[in-house]
This record gives sequence, C-alpha cells and structure tokens, in this order.
Amino acid sequence: MSDRPIKVLIAKPGLDGHDRGAKVLARGLRDEGFEVIYTGLRQTPEMIVTAALQEDVDVVGLSILSGAHMTLLPKITAGLKAEGLDDVLVTAGGIIPDDDIAALKAAGIAAVFGPGTTIARVAEFIRANVRSRAGA
Amino acid sequence: MTGGVSEPARSQAAKRGRDLAERARAGERRPLARLLTEVEDRTPTGEAALRILYPLAGAAHLVGVTGAPGSGKSTLVAALVGQARRDGRRVAVLAIDPSSPITGGAILGDRVRMQAHAGDRDVFIRSMASRGHAGGLAAATVAAAAVFDAVGFPLVFIETVGTGQAEVEVAAIADTTVVVQAPEMGDEVQAIKAGLLEVADLVVVNKGDRPGAHRAAAQLRAMLTVGRENDRVAAESGRPRPKRPDVLLATALSGEGVPELLAALDRREAARRAATDDGEVDATRLIRARAQLHGILGERVRARLAEPALEADTALLVRAVADHELDPYAAADRALDLLAGRSRVG
Repeated sequence: MSDRPIKVLIAKPGLDGHDRGAKVLARGLRDEGFEVIYTGLRQTPEMIVTAALQEDVDVVGLSILSGAHMTLLPKITAGLKAEGLDDVLVTAGGIIPDDDIAALKAAGIAAVFGPGTTIARVAEFIRANVRSRAGA
Repeated sequence: MTGGVSEPARSQAAKRGRDLAERARAGERRPLARLLTEVEDRTPTGEAALRILYPLAGAAHLVGVTGAPGSGKSTLVAALVGQARRDGRRVAVLAIDPSSPITGGAILGDRVRMQAHAGDRDVFIRSMASRGHAGGLAAATVAAAAVFDAVGFPLVFIETVGTGQAEVEVAAIADTTVVVQAPEMGDEVQAIKAGLLEVADLVVVNKGDRPGAHRAAAQLRAMLTVGRENDRVAAESGRPRPKRPDVLLATALSGEGVPELLAALDRREAARRAATDDGEVDATRLIRARAQLHGILGERVRARLAEPALEADTALLVRAVADHELDPYAAADRALDLLAGRSRVG
C-alpha cells in the first residue's frame, strides 16, 4: 500500500547522554507524517538491530555525539545485513567530522546529516530514498 | 476482497501470505515482522496469511494492559515479560501509541522501557500506531495478536494507548484486562465512576513505593467491592453485574509485586481454560469474535460500494442524503439492497 506511513527507528548508539537532537528529530518526523519509533539512550548495536527487525522499519536514523561513530555505525550496518535487513535505509546525524563521511558511506550509511540540517531536508531525503514495499 | 484486485495479483498475495506464515511458524523473526506489517496495512497478503493462521490461534493468553499515560504500563509490561521469561515462556508484546489526527505521524516510545529484553530472541516486541482507531487500540490489533498466538507465543501482552476514563475496547479483545493505576490519581469518587475500572479483571496500583500507594489500593479495594453481596441475586435474575477485580500493589521498576501479578494472571487463565473445557461458552471470546466480524463487515461493505459497478449509485445515495432528500437510514437500506442486487437507485 503506497499510503502507509513510512516507519523510522531513531536510535542512539553508544554512551553519550544527549538525546535532545534525537527527540527533536523524532518529533519533527512525526509532523512529517512518519511513524517514529524511539528506543532511548545508550543502545548497543544488537539492540538497534533487534528493534529494526521486530518493527520492520523502512529507515534507521542513528544519532551519535560521542565520537565512536567509526566503531559503532559499521557494526550496526553489518548487523542489519546479517539479519537480512539490507534494504533498510540507514542515515546518521550528530557530530561526525567530514573526513569520516566517505568511510561511513562505504560501510552502508546512506547519508550523514550534520548540525544545522533542517528536518524538512531529512524528510525529503528519506522520501526520495526509502525502499519501495512492493518488491520487499 | 471480491473486486479491485486482479486474479494473478490475488494468487500472488495468497502465495506470499502462505510463505510468510509458514516461515513465521518455523520461528523465523524477519518473516514474522513482515507479516505483522502486512496485517497492520491490511493488505491482501496479510489477509491470505490470516486465513491460514487464524485456525491455528486460540491457545495463547492475551493480556490487555491499560491505564492513564504515565501510570507505568510499559515498565510493568517489561517487568512481567522478565518474570515470564524466568519460567522459560516465549512472550510477545504489542504496544500501541497514538497517531496524530492531523499528520498521521506517530511517536512510538514504549520500547524505551522494554529494552532490557532487546537481546532475548524469545521476546518479540512490536509497536503499533493507532492510525485513527479510537478506544486505545489500532484496528489491526486483534489480527496482530492472532498472528503472535498462531506462531507459538503462549503469552501476548497488548499495551494500549494511555487511556482516560472510558477507553474500554481492550476488554473485548483480551482474555484478561489489567488496569494500571498510579497512586494519587484520584479519590474514592474516581473509583466509583463507570468506565475503565469496570472492565478490569485485575487492578494494579503501580509505583507502590510512593507515599499513599497502600491507601490508594485500600480505597480501590473498598469501592470496587461495594454491592458484592447483591451479585448472586442479580445474576439469578439475569441483570448484568460489574466485574469484581482483585487489587494488587506493585512497583514495576524494582519488580516488587510482579511475581504475584503474573501468578494472578496465570490463575485467571487456568480458571478460564477449565471453564471452557467444561463446555462453558467463553463470553469474552464471543465478544471479540463479534467485534471482529462487525468491523470487517463494515470494511467489506464500504469496499463493495466503492466498486465500479456500484460506485455511481452509491454517490447518488450520498448526494441525496446531503441534499436532505433522503434520510440516512433509508439510504443505508437502499445501499444494502444495491449490494444484494435487488434494485437500482433512482
């Protein structure tokens, strides 16, 4: 069905305790008509993969400010792949240096949204790149 | 569906539904997750899968958990899941949160309290947006619970949207309904009002470590038992009587009172099973079946009236009601005649 809402998991991997940004984004995407699952702080890659799997989400948005993105994010994309979730769009946001973006993209992160990105831009990116359900 | 879907599309959906159902029954998690999506989106695939799965369901204990926002439903469900896991039982959770009536979007946040079970492959948690359905549930809740039931989860918790005083629909779809209260949420007058408390099989005063928790439980107990002595007389004369729920005290966060709560749920379920084994009709399941049938009938009727053969005539009826040329009751009767092929409008 084409009119079903897009389902997004917003997750915070790792140990930083700042989730204002993730909550603001969750709220903003809600206002864009998405169904947003929020799982809270300090999630392990395994927890995030399990949530994405059980909720059958279209998109996983990872918010990370701790600097551990080069370790954690590839673990998450690898975990998703291992569970057969390779058609899920994975994006990242938070504090991620430009120099790391190419490596993250190679690891399966479709887009990195830095500070100042508007919610409208995130929503637009998701709508343009989310998998189509028809063949899934 | 009778129309609108082509024959090849229908057989494809049937094949895919069968495939997903078989793999979910074999214990695969991804097909189960996908199946729940199909059921939630009410696709032909989901319908085909349910056709296979529904006859296999009926063994699970469906426990509805309802109560005001912030009363601790999610934390309590998480604690109950942990307790049931200690006995090695597989557990499924359906957690419903509200959809925006304006944008259709939703924040599904119940998993935040349940993440302790994220690494456990025998716990399956699924969030659902209410998608415009009232009563604290989503339209596909019953069907999703049946899926969990059919693929072998013996215990299914259904956590409603945070409810107010009268969202009682959960009582019709669960075998056992738990109403969660927090201390200081109201006085004795709240406890004697009609509505939510009336549908409880068990009332839990959560946050039992807070001041006033014991008093709240005692007040609820006192008020909910008022008139108990007249129940037998009323029952003999066929007048309906309220349920007489036990009131339990629990602290979901520390786990205090949780083993007792799960034991109480198990006792109720055992009693229900024993009664139905003795040939007693399970009133709750009859109500659930009727609600499902009526809901689907309504959907089917709307879909039939929107089919090309009837669409124009239906539009004429709608127009006639809008113009006050026809009253809506007469229009509905004519619509039923249309469906039966008995007449044309006009």
